[in-house]
Amino acid sequence: MILEVREMRMQFGGLLAVDRLNLALKQGELVGLIGPNGAGKTTVFNVITGVYAPTRGTITLEGKDITGMRPDLITRMGIARTFQNIRLFSRMSVIENVLVSLHWRLRSGVFDAILQTRKYRDEEAEMRAKAMDLLARVNLDSVADLPAGSLPYGSQRRLEICRALATEPKVLLLDEPAAGMNPAESIELMKFIQKIRDEFGLTILLIEHQMRVVMGISERIVVLDHGVVIAEGTPREVSRNPRVIEAYLGVEQHA
Amino acid sequence: MQLSRYWKRDIVILLVAAFVVAWANGDLEGLLGIPGWQSYTVRIINMCAINTVLALSLNLVNGFTGQFSLGHAGFMALGAYTTALLTMSAAAKDRVFFMTPLVEPLRKLTLPFLPSLILAGLVAGVFSLVVGVPALRLRGDYLGIATLGFAEIIRLVIQNARSVTNGALGLKGIPPVVNLWWTLGAAVLCYLMLKNLISSSYGRAFKSIRENEIAAQAMGIDLFKHKLLAFFISSFWAGVGGGLLASLLTTIDPVQFKFPLTFQVLLMVVLGGMGSLSGSVISATIVTYLMEFLRVVEETHYLGSITIPGVPGLRMVIFSLTLVLVVVWYPKGLMGDRELSAEGLKQLLARFRKAIRLKGESSS
Ligand SMILES: Nc1ncnc2c1ncn2[C@@H]1O[C@H](COP(=O)(O)OP(=O)(O)O)[C@@H](O)[C@H]1O
Ligand SMILES: [Mg+2]
Repeated sequence: MILEVREMRMQFGGLLAVDRLNLALKQGELVGLIGPNGAGKTTVFNVITGVYAPTRGTITLEGKDITGMRPDLITRMGIARTFQNIRLFSRMSVIENVLVSLHWRLRSGVFDAILQTRKYRDEEAEMRAKAMDLLARVNLDSVADLPAGSLPYGSQRRLEICRALATEPKVLLLDEPAAGMNPAESIELMKFIQKIRDEFGLTILLIEHQMRVVMGISERIVVLDHGVVIAEGTPREVSRNPRVIEAYLGVEQHA
Repeated sequence: MQLSRYWKRDIVILLVAAFVVAWANGDLEGLLGIPGWQSYTVRIINMCAINTVLALSLNLVNGFTGQFSLGHAGFMALGAYTTALLTMSAAAKDRVFFMTPLVEPLRKLTLPFLPSLILAGLVAGVFSLVVGVPALRLRGDYLGIATLGFAEIIRLVIQNARSVTNGALGLKGIPPVVNLWWTLGAAVLCYLMLKNLISSSYGRAFKSIRENEIAAQAMGIDLFKHKLLAFFISSFWAGVGGGLLASLLTTIDPVQFKFPLTFQVLLMVVLGGMGSLSGSVISATIVTYLMEFLRVVEETHYLGSITIPGVPGLRMVIFSLTLVLVVVWYPKGLMGDRELSAEGLKQLLARFRKAIRLKGESSS
C-alpha cells in the first residue's frame, strides 16, 4: 500500500464532513472518488495534503505517518494535487508556474541567486530544461511564455496537472479535473490522465462528481455520501449498487 | 562571445554614469576645472536615490511577496540611529548628550561609514526577524498590524531611551559623509540585488505566494521561510536607507520616523506599480521632486498686500488624496507588474513614430 487512510474523521464545528473513512491505494492504481456535491470529497484531499489536521485517524505514505504534517512537507514526501477551483499563479508565465514546483529541490542558496553564481546559473538552466520537457509532454510548450491566466480553460487544467507533476510525486490527487468540460473534452482528459499515470508510474486518486466520467478509466471506485463511504468496488459493481443509485437520484431530483 | 559583448555594453554604461556622477558631485572641479552641480540639485538627487532604495525594498514585501508591511519607518529609524551613533565622534556625542550621558561602550566607539551602514542594515534586519517570526507564522494578514505596532514601539523606545538615543532631543552633528556616490551607489546596488533575486527561483517563490498562497504551499514552497526572507532583505535595505538619510540630514529625531514616512514610501510603491522595480525607481524620483515643488503650499506667500498663509502638512494631504485616486482609478500604478526594458522602450518609440506619421499623412 502506497497511501493509506485509516478511520479518518474531519469535523468543522458541528459539521461532520468526513467520518470513518478508510482508503488504501496500491502502487500504480487509479481510483475514483465520487459522490454528490458536499459529500466531503475535497475535504478528504485537504486532510491528506495537510491543509487540515484530521479530528481523528491517521494517514500514511509508504508506511510513514504524515498525519497533520505541513502541506509543503507532504508535497516533498511525494503527494501532489490539483484544485477543484483552478489555483494557478495567473500573472506568472506558464513555464514559471512549473518552475515554482521545482524550487524546493534547489540546492543553491539565496546568495548564489543574488550573485548569479555559476552554480546557480547551471541549476536554473537545468530547471528550465526540465520544465520545458514537462510542458512538451502536456502539449503546452508552445505557450510557455504566456501568462498562465490567459490560457483557455482546458489548457489551464492541464497546466495544473503539469505543475503538480513537476514536484515529482508518487501519488497524484486530482480534484474534479473535468469540471466545466463537455463530454468530448472529458473523455480526452481521462485518456490524458491514464497516459500520464503510465508514463510517470503514478498512483492516482481522482475526484469526480459525475460517475460516468470515471467509469471508463478507474480500476476501483469509492463512493462518498454525507461524509461516509456508501459503496466501494469495480465501476460495474458500484454502478449497480442501489445505495449509490439512490444517492445520485436524490441529487438529480433536486437539480 | 555574446556574453562578452553584453559586458562591454555594461562597462560603457557604467563608465559614462561614473563620469556624470563625478562631475555632478564636484569631483572634477579640482581636476579639470569643471564645477559640479548646484548643491540644491544634488540634494534632491540624493533624496531621490535614498527614496529609491526605500521604495524598492518595500516593494519586495508588499509588491512581490504580497505581504503587507507598514513598518518601514521603524526599520529606517533603527538604521538611522545605528549609523548616527556609530559614526559620530566622541566629542560630537558629548556635545549632544548633555542631559543624560551616552552609555559607555557607545560613547567612545566610532566606526567608518561603510561598516556603520552595513551594521545599520543588519540591526534593522535582526529586528525584522523579531517581528516577522511571530507575525508571519500565523495564517492571514497579521503582518500589517504587527509592523505598524512595532514601528510605533521602536519610536517610543527611541524617544525614551535617553542614555542611548538622547530621547526627544534627537542627534545632531552626524558626519555628512553621504554624497552622490553613496546614495546612487546604494540605489544601484539595491536595484541590481533585487532584480537578480526577483528573476531567480527565489523570486518566483515570492511571486507564487503573492499569487496564491495555498497553491504555492501545495507545490512545496515553505511559506514562512520565504516570507521571512523577503521581509529580512526588505528591512535590511530600509535600515541602510535610514542610515543614508541620517548622514544626509546630519540631524535626526524620533518625530521624523512617524507613520507618514512609511506612508510616503508606500505611496511611491503603489504609484510606481506593486511588483515593478523600474516602477518604484521612476515613482520614487517623481514623488521626491513633487515633494520639493509642493513645499510652496506650506510656505506663506505675500502678493503685494495679500497674504496667502501656508498650511503645514498640506503636502501630506495632497499625497493622501493622490494615493486614494490612484488606488481607485488606476490601481496598477504606472507600471503594473511590468518592467521597463530597452525592448519595451523601442516598441513604445516605434508606436509613437507611427502615430506621428499617421497624423502627418492625415493632415496633408
Ligand atoms: N473549511 C471548512 N469549514 C467548514 N465547513 C467546511 C469546510 N470545508 C468543507 N466544509 C463543509 O464540508 C462539507 C463537504 O465539503 P466538500 O469536501 O467540499 O465536498 P465535495 O468536495 O464532496 O463537494 C460541506 O458541507 C462543506 O460546506
Ligand atoms: Mg469538492
